[in-house]
Amino acid sequence: VIVGIGLSDYPKAPHLTAVQHHAQALQRALADAGIPKSAIDGYCTAGGMAAGDDPVTMAEYLGIRHRYIDGTMVGGSSFEFHVQHAAEAIRTGLCDTVLLSYGSDYLSRMGRSLGTGGMFRSTRVAGPMQFEAPYGNSLVGSYALVARRHMHEFGTTSEQLAEIAVGVREYAGLNPHALYRDPITVADVVASRLVADPLHKLDCCVISDGGGAVILTTAERARDLRQPAIAVLGAAGGMTHWNIGQMGDYTTSAAAACAPEAFARAGLLPSDVDTIQFYDSFTITVLVLLEDAGFCKKGEGGAFVAEGHLRRGGRLPLNTDGGGLSSCHPGMRGIFLLIESVRQLRGQAGAAQVPDCEVALAIGSGGWLSCIGAVLLGRS
Amino acid sequence: MDVVRGTAWNRPLPEPDPVFAPFWEAASSGRLLYQECPACGNRQFYPRALCTACGADPEWAEAAGRGTVHTFTIVRQYGAPPFKDELPYVVAVIELDEGVKMMGNVTGCGVDAVYVGMPVEAYSVEAAERVGVPFWRPAGDR
Repeated sequence: VIVGIGLSDYPKAPHLTAVQHHAQALQRALADAGIPKSAIDGYCTAGGMAAGDDPVTMAEYLGIRHRYIDGTMVGGSSFEFHVQHAAEAIRTGLCDTVLLSYGSDYLSRMGRSLGTGGMFRSTRVAGPMQFEAPYGNSLVGSYALVARRHMHEFGTTSEQLAEIAVGVREYAGLNPHALYRDPITVADVVASRLVADPLHKLDCCVISDGGGAVILTTAERARDLRQPAIAVLGAAGGMTHWNIGQMGDYTTSAAAACAPEAFARAGLLPSDVDTIQFYDSFTITVLVLLEDAGFCKKGEGGAFVAEGHLRRGGRLPLNTDGGGLSSCHPGMRGIFLLIESVRQLRGQAGAAQVPDCEVALAIGSGGWLSCIGAVLLGRS
Repeated sequence: MDVVRGTAWNRPLPEPDPVFAPFWEAASSGRLLYQECPACGNRQFYPRALCTACGADPEWAEAAGRGTVHTFTIVRQYGAPPFKDELPYVVAVIELDEGVKMMGNVTGCGVDAVYVGMPVEAYSVEAAERVGVPFWRPAGDR
């Protein structure tokens, strides 16, 4: 069960390094849970994006004497995989209390270059990336390949995709920390400049700083802690490809396999879900995950979102913290999906609270819709 | 496929390993290769040391160098040279007539002329000794 959550300062935190984001988020998660740091005997993180953020260096820095460690790094969805692993490690007795932590100073250190070539500047390229690097694709372009194919096969429109960004922005307006809070319209999104056709600037997530921490422990221990425990009802993960050139079916992600698996493990159906916290790196990411998770048929996502279900007051509110599209995306967003789910399930989401929120579904997407992790959380 | 020689290569350069090298070398002499598994018939790209379907040793096969645009994007923003000086340009996934898919650029026409299903043909640009990089342009009569 999840007993503690913490966010570090965001969306702009020039006073913090990536590692300091980890530390601050951990301090806040400990205070939230009311659990001593010494209780932590398991650790999960996904390093490699900043100096000294690899799992063992982080464990040393944070002073965690782990009996269980998991450094699974599958991109932004790593933390959905970590929850699956951590819950199982606790269940089988490998450890009692697991910390997940993440931190990034991407905006302050690198600017807003992530989506359009900032990651990739080498002149000689080894490994399978050498079959893509000579062609100048960008991170945005990778998702644009999916959006274009989805439009071709199913008639999905830019206006339908824009609806996703508009709904998330409405929630951002309720979050005083969100990077962008002013309301936007579908017309604003489709009138914003094209970054990689058919994706416009407002189809793309923001770049920010930020970090998060999540603490899981046994149901027994949770009884004595400060917050209501949130149960991991079911989790699953999988991948279809890593590099975008290998996706094969450009409209279907690994969520088509792992989301039904997570539902089966939880004994739940999509109709049981009260809120979805989906990785909104781009509007198309949400659309594909929505279809693959079974909320509508493949190809019908555009019409589904246009009906307004994902908006505030709809039956499936999306990214109630303002998401990556408007609030916080420091490079890997997966941990924030878990934190916002917990906030909703505890009933602590303030103006953004989804009424009677009992089941939340977090789906992370790592890479280029490559590695997908689905986690169903609920009041225990 | 045609080979364009003598242009200054300023893009990221593939660093072939023993499995990748025959692909790049063949492309530098005008042949576009993919792999086919003698055990199960699976066709694959990029080249690997085993068949991704059954695990057997794959063999090289030569493609005709024709295909269609499976999906594409027009990149309009890119932060680093040389690409930022070439905006806008088309990045596409090409489905070869033989069934495998490859990423590439579609050149030789305006970016707005490219569409899903567009027939294209390959040509190769010599990037270094024994390294030819495939590109795509609108196909002539088929």
